[in-house]
Amino acid sequence: MTFITAIEYRPLLAVMVSLIASGLIYVLGEHIRPNAREAITLIASALKIIIVYSMIPYVLEGTEIHLELFSIVKGVSFAFNVDPAGMVFACVASTLWILTSVYSIGYMRGHGEQNQTGYYAAFAMCLSAATGICFAANLITFFIFYEVLTVATYPLVAHYRDKEGTISGRKYLAYTLISGQIFFAAIVIVYAVSGTMEFTPGGFLTEEMLPMPWALIVFFMMVGAGMVKAGVMPLHSWLPAAMVAPTPVSALLHAVAVVKAGAFCTLRVVLYVFGPTLAKSCHGADILAWMAVFTILVSSLIALKKTNLKARLAFSTVGQLSYIVLGICILTPFSTAGALYHIVAHAFMKITLFMAAGAIFVTTHKKDIREMLGLGKRMPVTMACFTLASFGIAGFPFFAGFVSKANIIFGAVAMGKPFFVATLIVSALLALAYLMPVVLIAFKKEVENPDFAARGEASLCMLVPLVITAIISIILGIAPNIGLHLFDFSIMAGNSIFTPLM
Amino acid sequence: MKENIPVLIILLPLCSALLCLLLTGLHKRLGRALVVLATAGSLVLSVIQLRTVITEGTIHYAVGGYEPPFGIELVIDSLNALIIVMISIIGFLTVLFAENFGDDRPVVKGSANAILALLITGLLGMTSTGDMFNLYVFLEITSLSAYCLIAMGGSKGVVSAYRYMLVGTIAATFYLLGIGILYSATGTLNMGDLSAILNKGGYDDVMLVSMSFLIAAFGIKMALFPFHGWQPSAYTHAEPGTRPLITGVMGKIPALAMFRYFYCIYGTDYIYVKYLLILLGVFSVFGMLYGSLMAMGQSDIRKILAYSSVAQIGYISLGFAIGTPVALAGSFLHMIGHAFMKGGLFFCTGAIRFKYGTVNIDDFGRIYKKMPLTCGLLVVAALSMIGIPPTAGFFSKWYLALGAAGRHEWIYIAVLVISSLLNAVYFFKVIEKVFIQQDKGLDDKWSKGELELPLTIILPVVVCFIAILGIGIFNVKLFDILMLTLEGVGL
Repeated sequence: MTFITAIEYRPLLAVMVSLIASGLIYVLGEHIRPNAREAITLIASALKIIIVYSMIPYVLEGTEIHLELFSIVKGVSFAFNVDPAGMVFACVASTLWILTSVYSIGYMRGHGEQNQTGYYAAFAMCLSAATGICFAANLITFFIFYEVLTVATYPLVAHYRDKEGTISGRKYLAYTLISGQIFFAAIVIVYAVSGTMEFTPGGFLTEEMLPMPWALIVFFMMVGAGMVKAGVMPLHSWLPAAMVAPTPVSALLHAVAVVKAGAFCTLRVVLYVFGPTLAKSCHGADILAWMAVFTILVSSLIALKKTNLKARLAFSTVGQLSYIVLGICILTPFSTAGALYHIVAHAFMKITLFMAAGAIFVTTHKKDIREMLGLGKRMPVTMACFTLASFGIAGFPFFAGFVSKANIIFGAVAMGKPFFVATLIVSALLALAYLMPVVLIAFKKEVENPDFAARGEASLCMLVPLVITAIISIILGIAPNIGLHLFDFSIMAGNSIFTPLM
Repeated sequence: MKENIPVLIILLPLCSALLCLLLTGLHKRLGRALVVLATAGSLVLSVIQLRTVITEGTIHYAVGGYEPPFGIELVIDSLNALIIVMISIIGFLTVLFAENFGDDRPVVKGSANAILALLITGLLGMTSTGDMFNLYVFLEITSLSAYCLIAMGGSKGVVSAYRYMLVGTIAATFYLLGIGILYSATGTLNMGDLSAILNKGGYDDVMLVSMSFLIAAFGIKMALFPFHGWQPSAYTHAEPGTRPLITGVMGKIPALAMFRYFYCIYGTDYIYVKYLLILLGVFSVFGMLYGSLMAMGQSDIRKILAYSSVAQIGYISLGFAIGTPVALAGSFLHMIGHAFMKGGLFFCTGAIRFKYGTVNIDDFGRIYKKMPLTCGLLVVAALSMIGIPPTAGFFSKWYLALGAAGRHEWIYIAVLVISSLLNAVYFFKVIEKVFIQQDKGLDDKWSKGELELPLTIILPVVVCFIAILGIGIFNVKLFDILMLTLEGVGL
């Protein structure tokens, strides 16, 4: 029984619980009743939350949970290490899995979807991979889970199996596999020059190992994989294309696992492999920061023009993820903490927006913003949550988005980068400009739309999760540390990277 | 008994081949039962042999008690022992699998089984032997039985077999010329002995000429680009039941023999071997790209897999071209892994053909619903071909790339990356057909019982599935075994 109780095995358990669930769903799915099948998902997600949360006190005390299983390649172990940064992402992913699962049940049944078994199996597999990414202790373990995530997401993107889905699936694979293989080549080079792959706060590569043009080339070979998944321009175009998938999949892509894995990959590469010193001296961090700035501004402008609600939200994600990348590349403890906390904040806010969009689609079959005149009358709760989350995305005080954005701005001020500060403020205004019209159109009083005359919310399965996430995104804005100490973790991660350098 | 294991492993399938036809005459199933038993026997023995080699070191076995350099010697080091286990497993599975295909007349069926057993004998013998001429004998046994098995695959098979026979005979002749020159200069046929004599120096010209013959001979036999001309049609039209062995294993044993000659007999200190490795690198690079590009244009799954083999042999020879122990280990890891991937994919193709009678991927619409197990293997094997962790293909690629990085051969790393992506293009094309395309509503030709397929097809599929993941996750165990031999070999 030590296997269950020993603290070292918990990261492994957290990965395995959804992996086993995925296998069970795939094998049994077609032979048992849908309710039993969904019960597997729900039980596994509840167990996962318990396992992940149970590690919080240990990490908070500063004990790092380390597990080496066996050599995965000669000289390197398949190893897990639970550090504050990984904990932040793991908490977000596991918390949102259970909410998305409940929502999925409502959405998939409400919409009468095909191939639900494969859908739930792939979803659980994605969560396993995401947890593995959080807890991976070295590059090769990280890469294994990163590629598993790529492959497991593909069936979800191509879920409808029509022409559009197929093309989006191909696009997704093209982007992620190419960047993944280049990442692989870079890992080989890093291992060949340094002889280690262990993530170290503050990095393990030095200028002697990788002299200048090489450092920059390898930097972008590695960060490229993160940039693709995080949708940094010009590598973002798979993300809006993936909108054809069912809405819970979009929620997974945008909030729970995939784009966050990309941001997390950038974090690990910049701060745990290269380290602030080398990332700065090879100019990689600067170039990446400017790419992020470009992405933030341009994606917000594109979002303004999109009339499909999900497309608009997709471009919003592209911009918001670049906040995280920018926060990482400013290279200060504050901005790093802000970037990590933005993983949390953006996850809860964006998932609220997507769940709301999905709820609108299932109840009214409306996708276009212009057709939503007077929608607030029919779905007041959904639209209220949508409004709250919109304020959060714009970074209003007392919303989760404010805390992270403020920290990134502190970092930018400390480094003397006024342009970054200006970008963050302008983009907040742009976020208001592209999200508020939705709210205003929905709550427009004068127009009576016969479609929306009677009140009719989506089923409770869909409504409850989105209300919860909306409430959490407010609570996290007022008391960022409540419950899970996610803000403390972010600060701890930021300090652990920069303290050795001071 | 125990000290005779090396020769028993070869003799069991050989004897079963000779008795098979006779027993088939007595009773329809008796011959096949004997072949199954014999291959199972050599599988068990090969595992015992591997354990012995790991604990006690290399086995030198003098056949018939005639001591080398005059008698025939079998040399089993950890590398050979591992490859022999691989051949035995795939061979055994193929014998089981082959029952479901081909002509049902006892004479045809019996001879097919007998020839299959001969093919296994030849492959095992080529791997075990430490004698140059004995290698030639086993090479011919392998080739002749392969010609027969390919010719059994219908009228197109006959043409392909004829073509392969013409080219294959040239290869055999080249090999004979190569060793003839070596023999006339040194007066020995024993590989260990030969190596000792050559390394005394003064044989540079002899080595250069013999080497030129040998690279052409092995190049043709392993279907290395640009010697691969015979391969795609032969792999495509071979007797369907025996295809996993032909495609998964047959091309690799000549590669092993080539490694023996260039690394263990000539040695990498010899300057022409260094040039040769550069040439081999060029062949591998172009082979990897050419094979994948050709595979993209095919819609017959057998052709896709055949061209993919041209590319995959390139991976193996790329490791030889890089030449560090790590890269060589990567090559052999790929040899073992690829046997299960390609063998596995042909088990899948065979299973689909058995159930639905089609090999065209355009007909594969959503068959995963009816054949979940087979399609599971198809996906895992395809991912392994691309090199997605944690499958076997990723880790062999890892060691190859690491070896290349160690020698600063950045182009090879780039080619590995590009080749993986090209593989992804055509394998995801197949996966897309299987999972996404509309159902074509094919007739199920086998719908007895609960299972999707007969047990003799399911067993190979399951074994390959486990092997691909197992070799991937526990690759370090195999790496360590390989390193027992490869440590100190190479550059």
